Amino acid sequence: MHELGIALEIINIVREESSKRNLNRLQEIGIRLGSLSGVDPEALSFSFEAATLDTLLASAKLIIEQIPVRGKCRSCGKELQVDDFVFMCPHCDSVDIDITQGQELDLAYLVEK
Amino acid sequence: MIEERITVERKVLSENDRLAAEIRRRLTERGIVSLNLVSSPGSGKTSLLEKTLGALNSKLKIALIAGDVQTENDADRLLQAGGKIVRPIITGGACHLDARMVTKALEQIDLEEVEILFIENVGNLVCPSSYDLGEDMKVVTMSTTEGDDKPLKYPAMFRRSSALIINKTDLLGHSDFDLERAKENARSINPDLELFETSCRTGEGLETWYEWLIRLVRDRKARDAE
Repeated sequence: MHELGIALEIINIVREESSKRNLNRLQEIGIRLGSLSGVDPEALSFSFEAATLDTLLASAKLIIEQIPVRGKCRSCGKELQVDDFVFMCPHCDSVDIDITQGQELDLAYLVEK
Repeated sequence: MIEERITVERKVLSENDRLAAEIRRRLTERGIVSLNLVSSPGSGKTSLLEKTLGALNSKLKIALIAGDVQTENDADRLLQAGGKIVRPIITGGACHLDARMVTKALEQIDLEEVEILFIENVGNLVCPSSYDLGEDMKVVTMSTTEGDDKPLKYPAMFRRSSALIINKTDLLGHSDFDLERAKENARSINPDLELFETSCRTGEGLETWYEWLIRLVRDRKARDAE
């Protein structure tokens, strides 16, 4: 359960960006979270709520966009989606795949009221 | 009410990644091979390192960083096994090591005296996968007393690792663990995994692991000499 630590990192970055940009009524915090990031979205939401309780960020909602795993086959060069962590090319059955998305753990945007 | 959407685009773990990049630069500069050892609790990482020290202490300059949630027991075991440079990290409850902790531990190590660095992470197959420690590669250990579907349950960790050690092979046959199925599961997540089958009790398979480590150090030196 490292999601609390991740939530605290998010809060740090949000504070930094808020003071830099003069934001004080944040409504949304947009997170992009890959399925291979090793971070559980529900645990992250829960941790964020717990960590912002009774703070200025308490009314800000964490909006998590989950990013599926996609890759590119090194054998046939085609792009593919990796479902259920089966790393096999559906076009040529190769398992030689470069991951192109799905490892994200990004703060994408903020919404100010 | 007017809403304003502000694009930020920052990596949440950018501070960790920055420190990890700095560690990687320092280790690479000195030609040090570094391995981040990850596994569930009790899979035998410390035993494996004890054996490794016994076999390679006279051949390689080894440094170890031992991460533990609460005690220095693992670090003590590694010292007793002959470890010359052993630094404990007590995470105080945290379920993983991060680059800041490793940076601090490295401050107390004379890197000129090191050819290979083992970082024994906290026993946990989830959280350590998110934190780059600046290592060359992750080595994941699973043991035959666990489920042979571990790779399928923790795909992020097995995908990000470069080698897999299946430990406690002396206990094969005493549980439902199917070695072939375990390897198949691991390869389905990551076909590039270097595979080792070891028993720290009988010593079976350890020689291959030692040879691989020696080769890593030798290849690094050869590359740096070019």
